[in-house]
Amino acid sequence: MTNLKGKNLISITDYTKEDYLTVLDLAEKFEKNPNQPILNDKVVGSLFFEPSTRTRLSFETAANRLGARVIGFSNPSATSLQKGESLHDTIKMVSSYTDIIVMRHHKDGASRYASEVSPVPLINAGDGANQHPTQCMLDLYSIRKTQGTLDNLKIAMVGDLKYGRTVHSLVQAMSNFNAEFHFVSPESLAMPENVKNFATNSGLKYYEYDKLEDVVPFADIIYMTRIQKERFPDQLEYEKVKNAYIMTAATLKGCKDNMKVLHPLPRVNEIAMDVDKTPYAYYFQQAQNGMYVRQALIASILGYADKVK
Amino acid sequence: MTTNNKELVVEKIANGTVIDHIQADRVFKVVSILGLDSYEDEVLIGTNLSSKKYGKKGILKIKNKYFTQEELDKIAIIAPTATIITIKDYEIKEKKSLEIPHQIHKIVKCINPNCITNVEEIDTQFEVVGKDPLSIQCHYCEKTMQEIVFND
Ligand SMILES: [Zn+2]
Repeated sequence: MTNLKGKNLISITDYTKEDYLTVLDLAEKFEKNPNQPILNDKVVGSLFFEPSTRTRLSFETAANRLGARVIGFSNPSATSLQKGESLHDTIKMVSSYTDIIVMRHHKDGASRYASEVSPVPLINAGDGANQHPTQCMLDLYSIRKTQGTLDNLKIAMVGDLKYGRTVHSLVQAMSNFNAEFHFVSPESLAMPENVKNFATNSGLKYYEYDKLEDVVPFADIIYMTRIQKERFPDQLEYEKVKNAYIMTAATLKGCKDNMKVLHPLPRVNEIAMDVDKTPYAYYFQQAQNGMYVRQALIASILGYADKVK
Repeated sequence: MTTNNKELVVEKIANGTVIDHIQADRVFKVVSILGLDSYEDEVLIGTNLSSKKYGKKGILKIKNKYFTQEELDKIAIIAPTATIITIKDYEIKEKKSLEIPHQIHKIVKCINPNCITNVEEIDTQFEVVGKDPLSIQCHYCEKTMQEIVFND
């Protein structure tokens, strides 16, 4: 177990393999026993410069179940930011009131910068197109929970692998666990070179496909992502490929028994409703796991890990 | 003034800096990055000169000018093969080759328009992740880029 007291979480690579396991073990305790008011004297700053109801509710519920109080905003239009206050000054002000800050921002790198301004630790709840490390942590938690291990798994990632930050982080995190990666995407949305290099440099193998069916027989995890129409420079190209990345219950015929389908949610149409009823659907539980992981992060970063039962 | 190319190159300056072995296609970039186009003392610019090592090279002689480390880092980023020769009283005081720094502070701008460094007043920071070709990663937005844009 590692000590995470005071350690910012901005990018998934800020934490080590041992740090991940520390958080996951603690999250397991919260799953069994979610109401542990050990942070009665703590105040959590929840700063959502960009609205994200799903992530915000997960963090704020996590803080509440720990007995902490939450201050902040869910919509920047209601704050002095509207009057042009800098991020720097907002963070200076909020950090003087709080013990830890959870922050989401539409600009890439905003959370790293805020963590350098803030004297209290900061958890990145998403900075533009860059990082969303707590999503990655809950993905790890979900993978371990469904597979019983994080080691030596075959992880398939499907859809928009170019712009999908969750799949980039997941490759980085899973590179610690001898994963084998299988990337399924249209050519124009393929996994970026720097992410593939990360896998190669970690001594791991990856394979690329253009059809979802190709990975179904052997994948332990199929991680689905949204394909957004706007990402295609050519709408004709979108019309051509869109159906190739839609999963239905029939698509999953012949998959492994232990296989689980993950998705960062919200989904649009890439997973058909009939998949929900199969034993392979795990995306709703995956979202719920986010709360336990966030409880674990808040408690351990504030130095209360040993108080968790 | 002689028309002999070789003699022009070796013409000496009393005090100042000679930047030798600049890749020929980078000479004018170095001139602009160092602001030498508005420098008021003598500047000799030589380009497409033959060089045993590089085929063609460029050279700059700048009278009464010595460069700061920050300026040397800028030169290293654009012209990593360059040699810096410091001249005092017609004597060579120091001759050194440049090294691309591991980190680049302040002088380079992030090309990601959505990067926080392009919104707030923040000193930029980059990690050099590849040297040939030069590839840098923004400390804030984590984007990797090959295109180098200097701050004004
Ligand atoms: Zn940047």
